[in-house]
Amino acid sequence: MSTETKNQAMAHALNQALRDELDTDPKVLLVGEDIGELGGVFRVTDGLAKDFGGTRVVTSPLGEAGIVGSAIGLAMAGYRPVVEIQFDGFVFPAMNQIVTQLAKYRHRSEGRVSLPVVVRIPVGGGIGAIEHHSESPEAYFAHTPGLRVVCPSTPQEAYALMRAAIRCEDPVIFLEPKKAYWSKGPVDHAAGAAPREALDRARVAREGDALTIATYGALTATALKAADELAAEGTEVEVIDLRTIAPLDHETVVASVRRTGRLVIAHEASQSGGIGGELAARVQRDAFFELEAPVLRVTGYDTPYPASRLEEEWLPGLDRLLDACDASLAY
Amino acid sequence: MEPTLDLRAALRDMILARRVDTEAIALQRQGELGLWPSMLGQEGAQVGAGSALRPRDVVFPTYREHAVAWCFGVDPVQLLGLFRGTTMGGWDPAERGFQLYTLVIGAQTLHAVGYAMGIVRDGDVGTGDPDRDRAVLVFLGDGALSEGETNEAFVWAAAQNLPVVFFCQNNQWAISAPFSVQSRVPAAQRASGFGFPGVQVDGNDVAACHAATEQALAQARAGGGPTLIEAVTYRRNPHTTSDDDLRYRDAAENDHWRDLDPVDRLRTTLLESGAIDDAFLAAVAAEEQELAERLRTGCRALPVPSHDDPFLHTLHTMTPELARQRDEHLAFVAAGEEGPA
Ligand SMILES: Cc1ncc(C[n+]2csc(CCOP(=O)(O)OP(=O)(O)O)c2C)c(N)n1
Repeated sequence: MSTETKNQAMAHALNQALRDELDTDPKVLLVGEDIGELGGVFRVTDGLAKDFGGTRVVTSPLGEAGIVGSAIGLAMAGYRPVVEIQFDGFVFPAMNQIVTQLAKYRHRSEGRVSLPVVVRIPVGGGIGAIEHHSESPEAYFAHTPGLRVVCPSTPQEAYALMRAAIRCEDPVIFLEPKKAYWSKGPVDHAAGAAPREALDRARVAREGDALTIATYGALTATALKAADELAAEGTEVEVIDLRTIAPLDHETVVASVRRTGRLVIAHEASQSGGIGGELAARVQRDAFFELEAPVLRVTGYDTPYPASRLEEEWLPGLDRLLDACDASLAY
Repeated sequence: MEPTLDLRAALRDMILARRVDTEAIALQRQGELGLWPSMLGQEGAQVGAGSALRPRDVVFPTYREHAVAWCFGVDPVQLLGLFRGTTMGGWDPAERGFQLYTLVIGAQTLHAVGYAMGIVRDGDVGTGDPDRDRAVLVFLGDGALSEGETNEAFVWAAAQNLPVVFFCQNNQWAISAPFSVQSRVPAAQRASGFGFPGVQVDGNDVAACHAATEQALAQARAGGGPTLIEAVTYRRNPHTTSDDDLRYRDAAENDHWRDLDPVDRLRTTLLESGAIDDAFLAAVAAEEQELAERLRTGCRALPVPSHDDPFLHTLHTMTPELARQRDEHLAFVAAGEEGPA
């Protein structure tokens, strides 16, 4: 196991997390399309088949229901499968297994059976991909009781949360922001897995007292940029990386909003029925009298994800985020 | 391999499992169960398959495998909870390897495949040690043959040579859809396209079902890979107690299959050969009475879960928001129970 702090891309940090868990627990195994020799289309499993063998890093037949459904059976047999769905847009054939089976078995067995399955899904846009390769399906999963939904924003978070997710007794939908796969940051491998509570807790990525931005995944970097720009004008913005979408740690956000009085929520997924609405509802319930401005959302629009030539404008970016902050501050 | 079925024991199992079914229907009529999927007519297939299991094997049932559950030692009272609305499961699947009933057609075929992958990884296949080698027996209906997931399960089982036996009870109907809607070829024939053996048996012949399952399970345990068994039988009752089967099928068809009833058939054969006598049947009938009594009182005594229950078993540890929702709900329920002021 590697022990020092490295400057590492998120894809490599994830690779290291998988490697370290494969090393630690013989019951962990990886299953997915093309994850063996090829190392996955994003190379997140690069080299793992070579080092751990084809029975622990398994290239599966092409079938998403099969990937998740068989992972359920493996978990019933005492294994801890970490499965890869190749792209966000291809998880839907497995939705039946995820929603009707994976999420419900603990409840159906009255707590007797845990299904510690991690479903890894590269998510989100902004990488110029074609159709079905830039989706943000998190709300579907977050709407399903019995699932945890995690989305890291930095290589360190990806490393520590992936290890925690694999050790967690609940099924975890682990969303890997594609746009962040190759952005680098320091990763402390010696710190190991994040404590399990990290899967329940948002993270304050930057402190401030004028306004709160709550976001997750690749947009966290954009929010921090916005905070930098506003700081240059003398406005200190707090940035909260939600980190887990289910459970949704609104308490950290509420505590922040009680101080700042203002909240802007940002996510790539389309607005209606999205996580932003849920967060806004909880914040107004718990911090109604502290709010100085309505909760604003900067999100993808309620349209199908557009052709990549249009995605830069369609996606919530720095300018739209700054506009929303200005609007909130103007109240 | 010589089949090992004890026909007297098989007859007893079929009669008692049928009694579970008829009692459950009666309980549904009395309003004690919301619904019951009857297995009347499928006892031969189920007892045949169920009696071929060994304790370390694992079963993935649909929602109609009451006689398999019986053979594998699941308490029949526990089968009722799901249909009474006291539980979403009803038994501990880890205790005997009889997994919970699956209502989503075909989903369990993939769980079976995954479990079989686990068995292979554990090294519990092909060791030659009868106390170690294991296999998975998964049940499906003829309707399930059309689901994509079932076909994926066939692909996976074949490609990885998994110790799994697919036991398809072709009871001719998927609710109102006849078998011809699902397939142009016999179910067993499908297996060859996936690259493993398919066997068709008379599903109303308990000995034939037992022999086929025993052989397929032995092959699977030995590392010989999957088999698809098609047991040709008939669902004599409506799909469930809510179904009206006379809207889609002819009573004459039912009469035809009643004459082929698996229980009557075995009883007649054993009586004629002198393997059983009236005393044997009287003893089984007495057991039936006891069982029926136990089901009636057991059903009414099934514990109603607490209002807390769904909250406790949603995630491994409760989240603060869920705890808040639980408290709100419990307060709401408590207020309701206090009645109007
Ligand atoms: C995925 C799915 N689609 C539809 C249904 C509704 N449904 C319940 S039972 C059934 C028919 C199943 O037929 P078959 O597989 O032959 O099993 P049988 O009931 O005859 O034992 C249908 C369509 C379901 N439970 N699951």
